[in-house]
Amino acid sequence: MHIPDGYLGPVTCGVTYAVMLPVWGLASKIVKKTLNAKQVPLLAIAAAFSFVIMMFNVPIPGGTTGHAVGAVLAGILLGPWAGCIAISVALAVQALLFGDGGITALGANCFNMAFVEVFAGYYIYRIISGSSAITSGRRVVAAGIAGYAGLNIAALTAAIMFGIQPLLHKTAQGQSLYCPYGLNVAIPVMLGEHMLVFGFVEAVVTVLVVKYLQKQDPDLLKIKKEVAA
Amino acid sequence: MKTVIKLWIGLAVFIVLSPLGLILPEYFKADAAWGEWGTDVFKGLVGYIPQGLEKLSNLWNAPIPDYAFRGWEDKGLVHLSAAYIFSAILGITITALIIFGIGHILSKRSRH
Repeated sequence: MHIPDGYLGPVTCGVTYAVMLPVWGLASKIVKKTLNAKQVPLLAIAAAFSFVIMMFNVPIPGGTTGHAVGAVLAGILLGPWAGCIAISVALAVQALLFGDGGITALGANCFNMAFVEVFAGYYIYRIISGSSAITSGRRVVAAGIAGYAGLNIAALTAAIMFGIQPLLHKTAQGQSLYCPYGLNVAIPVMLGEHMLVFGFVEAVVTVLVVKYLQKQDPDLLKIKKEVAA
Repeated sequence: MKTVIKLWIGLAVFIVLSPLGLILPEYFKADAAWGEWGTDVFKGLVGYIPQGLEKLSNLWNAPIPDYAFRGWEDKGLVHLSAAYIFSAILGITITALIIFGIGHILSKRSRH
């Protein structure tokens, strides 16, 4: 889901950066009000975990690969705003140092994985968890569903970005300037592979860590209170 | 033992196992992720290389492209796995340092 440079035209790159700049600003403001110095190591671990989990490319035999992101887990552990910062840093390092995801597309990739997935996953987890106890099985189910749905929603927004390129940018001869596949291809492929395979990987990763923390240190799973800006 | 330390140990295990993310796709003959191909494959896919895509694709030369050292592309899975683990350690270290930096700024200012 790391969109490389060249797949998205200037409109999509510009708009996604324009959305993410205030999101990052707001995230800093909100996290500044709520961040306890003791939580910083957890923030670093969530970012580091996301970094390494994205390196586990899962193959669809004879086809393509994909991976979990760990973004829903970051949202559950840190709250969505701090989670957004953690995943954004991991994505920026991947793009700049390892060429995984483009520089022009960093705004788009952060929008999909650090914003959409973190927030979607966090709120789905919250809604399903309701007022259940921190160590309840219901929270494990919530984590799984949130992981699965969060990654798929991110795959959908990525697919829409790919798919609108032929509509936005074409040469006089009708050739696409950027991603040549339209919505009719991008959405079924991206959503299909994530619904069939990679969504489950994200669900398993999220469930295993939440389950482990329920046993080991349930306090870490208490919902972080974040004041609205 | 503190949970945070246990989590870092878990992370170290993931780093050591990370080459699986390289080896399994190779074993199962799975190609790049959808929408993350190099420019050369487009001729075969759609009959032309999109002009804007070709121009932008070389915009950034990452120091360790695709978690592999330059010139090591043909060295085989053992070398690539070593580079993959090295990349994971380096990437995680830098990511963690940046987060500690951000955390330092954000949590420090809040005390005033």
